[in-house]
Amino acid sequence: MAGWTTHEGEAVVLDRRDVDTDQLIPARFMSASRSEGYGRFLLHDLREGDADFPLDRHPGASVLIAGPNFGCGSSREAAVYALVDAGIRVVVAESFADIFAGNAVNNGLLPIATPEAAALRAAIGRGAAPARVDLATRRLNVAGQELGFALSETAQAKLINGWDDVDLTRAHAGDIRNFRDRRKTDHAWAWPSA
Amino acid sequence: MATLLDKLWSAHEIKAEHGQSLLWVDRHLVHEGSHHAFAKLAERGLEVSEPGLTFGVADHYAPTRNRDRIEDPQVAVMLERLEANCSRHGIRLFGLRDPRQGIVHVIGPEQGLTLPGLLINCGDSHTSTHGAFGALGFGIGATQVAHVLATQTVWQAKPRAMRIRFEGEAGLAVTAKDMALHWVSQLGTGGAAGHAVEYAGSAVRALSMEGRMTLCNLSIEGGARFGMVAPDAVTLAYVKGRPMAPSGADWDAAEVDWQTLHSDADASFDRDVSFDMAEVAPTVTWGTTPDQALPIGASLPDPARLDATQAEAARDAMDYMGLTPGRPLEGTPVDQVFLGSCTNGRIDDLRAAAAVLRGRKAKVPGLVSPGSMLVKQQAEQERLDKVFIEAGLEWTGSGCSMCVGMNGDLVAPGKRCASSTNRNFRGRQGKGARTHLMSPAMVAAAAVTGTLTDVRPLLEGRG
Repeated sequence: MAGWTTHEGEAVVLDRRDVDTDQLIPARFMSASRSEGYGRFLLHDLREGDADFPLDRHPGASVLIAGPNFGCGSSREAAVYALVDAGIRVVVAESFADIFAGNAVNNGLLPIATPEAAALRAAIGRGAAPARVDLATRRLNVAGQELGFALSETAQAKLINGWDDVDLTRAHAGDIRNFRDRRKTDHAWAWPSA
Repeated sequence: MATLLDKLWSAHEIKAEHGQSLLWVDRHLVHEGSHHAFAKLAERGLEVSEPGLTFGVADHYAPTRNRDRIEDPQVAVMLERLEANCSRHGIRLFGLRDPRQGIVHVIGPEQGLTLPGLLINCGDSHTSTHGAFGALGFGIGATQVAHVLATQTVWQAKPRAMRIRFEGEAGLAVTAKDMALHWVSQLGTGGAAGHAVEYAGSAVRALSMEGRMTLCNLSIEGGARFGMVAPDAVTLAYVKGRPMAPSGADWDAAEVDWQTLHSDADASFDRDVSFDMAEVAPTVTWGTTPDQALPIGASLPDPARLDATQAEAARDAMDYMGLTPGRPLEGTPVDQVFLGSCTNGRIDDLRAAAAVLRGRKAKVPGLVSPGSMLVKQQAEQERLDKVFIEAGLEWTGSGCSMCVGMNGDLVAPGKRCASSTNRNFRGRQGKGARTHLMSPAMVAAAAVTGTLTDVRPLLEGRG
């Protein structure tokens, strides 16, 4: 996965709360291999028959500004693949579901949780606005506004360097081995008995 | 001083850096949907580090009938991929032809793989189910599944500790499902985000293990990745003698370890919420998020009386669900019913539904898919299958089935389903499907009357 530090693109509004993973990608599409591309599945059933859907009005958008509790529901990482493969790099919302936010960072997608999301949705409305995101300074410029956002050091490093967890863990192989051996000695019951 | 979460966390923490902990994983459960993770492993040329702690289960795509000849090529490919990946990496598989096959969150506990004090991961958000034993169970995405396969560890930021207490006695036909829908409706779908929930209080202590699993299972519907209940005599009685549970000296050592698994009396929680069981009634969802739920006797909300953000979501949901604001929930006609899933597919659930259906006919068609093939066997020994079949419902094999619709068990567009499952999201049970979540007994009542119904009058004069 390629890392990134700054991103410039077009922001559009998806004015919905609780955008769940079943909407982001309906289950029937999830047997596809990633190499086939997941972008065409993004919000499939919600877009179907809605010629006015924001992502269809502005097909080049790469920053999505949505309502609270974005990504709630299942752990399916395919929901993130659908966003990433459709060209989305940043999602801004009041809040994100925990599993979704973790999956996003593992795939180069930045989730920005900010109470300003409502004001941004109001400012952009049905249109589109230029946006600029800087991971190093943790700042977002959009619709003439500039705001800072919170991002853990780990998430920041992973996004900038394109690392995933396996990269971070390599350095701890010895500690893992020691922990395992100690657990097996002190808590043998924790291994399956049959 | 310490919470149950603190104790479980520190027992598994290998390292902590930058606010993240590297945790040891005692059990890793994979299913057909884990194909992305195996592909990542292959891409990097990595092997499974602890095949003995990894178990495969065919459930998400498992056909519930005609298993000898799988008609859907997409389903067949998913099952073949799982078999090939498990065999390639030496992972034990509860495959389609295994008599122990079933839904991952049902068979983990059933086989004694799920124990107090363990950390259990699975690429499924309902992994919180296993917390019912006093374990750390949480769902992870494909990248993390690949990481656990490769290292038997997981990076995770420690959540804040939250306690949800249910005090008092459950009324007639008030189940763990109703307790869960009640708290989610009160706190919202994101209400417990960032938190690990420990369930406590007299009504939680009074629950069977099946009930505790239902309660913990639904934690994620309120935003909590973790749900847990401290182990007690009920837990130990359930675990003892299970095929893969410890025995002999290992059991004795385990019992000693497990005695410490509770929040200390003076432990403090970041959030502490309490509900009175007198306020919990048989509950039904009316909308497209699990928090859009009401007691069966209530009327649908009037969006004009809700605050602006909720009003729009409510209007949207009622439009999708084909419901009219202000009308009573009870009496809404349903087209079909579904009994099953990792939420409510256990033997207790089937017994509760059968108690309502015994000697009655269903007015609408329905599917009953037991949580595992062993649950199916047990139900057949108790002749519950006869009750369902005589009522006119279809009795099938085990899998995730109509909860997620991946195997082709779908609700048709525009059709309304009374369902014992966990998500009423748009299109969850099929494109355009309208789902109402409720307890198994309430699903049975909906079958008998063909409408959303209060089950309590139907239980009069029945043990």
